Amino acid sequence: MSKNIAVKVDDLTVAYNYKPVLWDIDLEIPEGVLMAIVGPNGAGKSTLIKSILGILKPIAGSVEIFGMSYAKQRHLVAYVPQKGSVDWDFPTTALDVVMMGTYGSLGWIKRPGQKEKKEALEALEKVGMLAFKNRQISQLSGGQQQRIFLARALVQNASIYFMDEPFQGVDATTEIAIINILKELRKAGKTVIVVHHDLQTVPEYFDWVTFLNVKKIATGPVKDIFNDDNLTKTYGINYKVSIQE
Amino acid sequence: MDIAEYIRLVFSDYTLRTITLGTAILGAVTGMLGSFAVLRKQSLLGDAISHAALPGIAIAFLITGAKDSNILLLGALVSGLIGTFWIRGIISKTHLKSDTALGLILSLFFGFGMLLLTFIQKQPNANQAGLDKYLFGQAATLVESDVWMMTIVTGACLLVLLLFWKEFKILLFDADYTKTLGFNTKFIDILITTFIVLATVLGLQTVGVVLMSAMLLAPAAAARQWTNSLGMMVFLAAIFGALSGVFGTAISATQNNLSTGPVIVIIAGIFVLFSFIFSPSRGLLFKQIRFIKNRRDLQLHKTLTFMFRIAETHENISHPHTVKILNNFQGFTKRTLQKLVRKNYVKLDGNMWSLTEEGFKTATNLYNQQNSNDE
Ligand SMILES: Nc1ncnc2c1ncn2[C@@H]1O[C@H](COP(=O)(O)OP(=O)(O)OP(=O)(O)O)[C@@H](O)[C@H]1O
Ligand SMILES: [Mg+2]
Repeated sequence: MSKNIAVKVDDLTVAYNYKPVLWDIDLEIPEGVLMAIVGPNGAGKSTLIKSILGILKPIAGSVEIFGMSYAKQRHLVAYVPQKGSVDWDFPTTALDVVMMGTYGSLGWIKRPGQKEKKEALEALEKVGMLAFKNRQISQLSGGQQQRIFLARALVQNASIYFMDEPFQGVDATTEIAIINILKELRKAGKTVIVVHHDLQTVPEYFDWVTFLNVKKIATGPVKDIFNDDNLTKTYGINYKVSIQE
Repeated sequence: MDIAEYIRLVFSDYTLRTITLGTAILGAVTGMLGSFAVLRKQSLLGDAISHAALPGIAIAFLITGAKDSNILLLGALVSGLIGTFWIRGIISKTHLKSDTALGLILSLFFGFGMLLLTFIQKQPNANQAGLDKYLFGQAATLVESDVWMMTIVTGACLLVLLLFWKEFKILLFDADYTKTLGFNTKFIDILITTFIVLATVLGLQTVGVVLMSAMLLAPAAAARQWTNSLGMMVFLAAIFGALSGVFGTAISATQNNLSTGPVIVIIAGIFVLFSFIFSPSRGLLFKQIRFIKNRRDLQLHKTLTFMFRIAETHENISHPHTVKILNNFQGFTKRTLQKLVRKNYVKLDGNMWSLTEEGFKTATNLYNQQNSNDE
């Protein structure tokens, strides 16, 4: 079974100040996997995603999306940022935020029209938020805001989805709703990369996993590499006990 | 001069008309652009720009010896832009926080500007009479060409806003995401910042270095209270800014010796105060009223649920019970009972009460809701 490589990261090193937060990362993500990135707080998970997406400039290394630079392939990539990265008191509605997912394909100056609105409404429907389309975004709950971000990425109709902690602060129902959407994406042949904190659910939700803590500890199929050894290397000794119950 | 005479003069007197138009346009354009500064949480930006402009004015004067306001403002524009882009540079190159960088540039440029002003004042032959007006502003010195300048900048600003509306909006909301979509966020940022500098510099002659940032912030902060749409916010901020200009000019024209700039800023401040108190969705007043109303409703609902549980024990739901039994319920008052009667949830017959059909239905809903919340 030889699959295309969706994302290829070579020797990536990133620093905010002097100390690198990512050190010499090599990573190959095959097309069509649903992959978790796990690691402790401050491990550099968000930084890795931001560097792949060109938001941050790395000190060294390169990134390829289906064999070409991100700049050439960005129409194939969608991004769900960490929910806390924006100010939800911004004066706009849920529908408007989802519509932003169409801005990339629209390009400069052109305004979204009926077609874009229809796409946005469909995405809202998919995440079960259609009833909230005209709601001011500050009046949405944390889980609803997360769904809005997910809908915005769905509108992009990409091949690769990067999601930074989409399960953060959502209840069990929303979590199931979101994971079902992710699994559907995988079924449609998309590649989905998710920063994930709940180690208990990794085997159930994902088929691929990357352990990260400044350096890449391991990457591969969950059934082969999701074990105490790698967890210990990533999180330190103490973590092992709590995961085994 | 009284109000009636003022209104007559606005239409007949050339000077007053020029000043009124000028302050109105200035208020509108700073209000619009101020919305962006407020939403980006760059409240200090206006302050930094206006203070950074001061040395430019002084240097332009030293070089040309001219009093012509357009040349001096060109100097202001150049040093305002230099200051602003230094701030950007400091933030992105070092790891200073943005307010540190703003404060640093603000005081450095302002200090240098003041130094130059003192130097100019000491020159025996220099005609420096015009320069200190830029510190506190002097609307009376506005002439027609100044107003034209403001109109052109406002027009250009409107055009750019309309063209790049979607880009501005998405950059303000989520800059990182905007970058991943392939937009040149630096370009959008520089575009908007340049216009903010332009508008600020234009206002120096009227409002002055010290108060200029209030013209950017106040109308926008007031507008934010009334709407949840970005377009509406920008529009309202323009209106509030223009009205501040018009009212401020009117008041200072009718009251002798009140200088226009500070009055305009005070009017803008009144808009802010009024908006913070009276806005229906975000204002303090209505928030308090809603809070009290919610608390009352909750009390009413609790009493009704309690009565429902009693009524439930009897197979006929509208069987009468004695009022005394309600005293077991903490928080029960005669007033809540009367309110329930008025809402037609409960019938009162002497010392006996019973649930009506409607009261029963409402209570069932509430009861189910409560139970599902408890789960
Ligand atoms: N803008 C920044 N400036 C300086 N340092 C930063 C910045 N953002 C992150 N860092 C540092 O880089 C390291 C990695 O951060 P990152 O946000 O990538 O971690 P993470 O794995 O996503 O953590 P979390 O699980 O808490 O989201 C941390 O030590 C953090 O303190
Ligand atoms: Mg993170």
